[in-house]
Amino acid sequence: MEVRWEVLLIILGAALVTFLPRVLPLMLLSRLALPEWGVRWLSHVSIAVMAALVGQEVLLHEGNWVSLSSNVELLAAIPTFLVALKTRSLLGTVVFGIVAIMLLRYWLA
Amino acid sequence: MREQNIRMKAEAALGGEDTFLQGVKDCIPTLLGYLSIGFAAGVVEKTAGLSVAEIALMSLCLYAGSAQFIAAGMMAANGSASAIIITIFFVNLRHILLSAALSPYFRHLPGVRNMLIGALLTDETFGVAINEAARQKRISERWMHGLNITAYSNWFLANIAGAFFGQWIADPEKFGLDFALPAMFSGLLVLSMVSRKKWVLDSVVAVSAVVITVGVSIAFGANIGVIAATVMAATIGMVVEKWK
Repeated sequence: MEVRWEVLLIILGAALVTFLPRVLPLMLLSRLALPEWGVRWLSHVSIAVMAALVGQEVLLHEGNWVSLSSNVELLAAIPTFLVALKTRSLLGTVVFGIVAIMLLRYWLA
Repeated sequence: MREQNIRMKAEAALGGEDTFLQGVKDCIPTLLGYLSIGFAAGVVEKTAGLSVAEIALMSLCLYAGSAQFIAAGMMAANGSASAIIITIFFVNLRHILLSAALSPYFRHLPGVRNMLIGALLTDETFGVAINEAARQKRISERWMHGLNITAYSNWFLANIAGAFFGQWIADPEKFGLDFALPAMFSGLLVLSMVSRKKWVLDSVVAVSAVVITVGVSIAFGANIGVIAATVMAATIGMVVEKWK
């Protein structure tokens, strides 16, 4: 049941950078407004970061390119996207993705 | 006089809809989502080598599913502390928009009470709260705390349950649990694109982000890939939008 220093540092650092965007607009926006270009830039950050994470998880393995013909993650990701589009359910998408990769690894192993 | 009258009538009509308990009740439809994703996060964190105490601390301090999956994944892959924190910063930067969207409803409160509301803000509680705002034209502070605290305690319990369950799983990849992160982000990506309805612009940003993250990760390492791709692709989106 121990907490390592390195892990504690990561948790506290990550908690701080998560806390600030959550509270600062609520606390400050009655006094100041974000510039228009800033709002526009921020509105693209969530799409950009999610696509980047999916790209890295699915197309790379430990920082190296995985050839498309042997990429099981990509094979699971495509129907997972379709399920998300069709069902619009986050939970359904996650469950489908996990089951899909489990079956693909079992069959193709 | 008249204004006061209307206000009293409005409050009477709301009757009990703005209590802490009502906030708890309005959180219920989202609980299945919290429980299952929190459970998956607990399992993934445990199998990434975190102790139960570390998982408890992480779910209480960080309280963000996406960030916790990233922390677990990057720690398992020996990512540096600074890369983990900066990546989580960008992932959670979207909260600025949620917090800003709620700010008009709590403008009358002092700063510290706004801080307490914002500290427990998540995608799901925001979704419930903004619906409430559309219905009632206002959000009560007590109702908001009921909603937030219910979601927060369920998240914590689900993480701990996942952490204990994770002790019996030797090989998480066999059960596809490592795929929870890309599956969740695929889902969130599709859901936000569906709600924004800016298909062309969002696709340009998403494809740019994928190409840049792959290129930069291969050239300079996976630590910097997501960060560089986020900054550059969001800038591309901003420029393209202006230019159209």
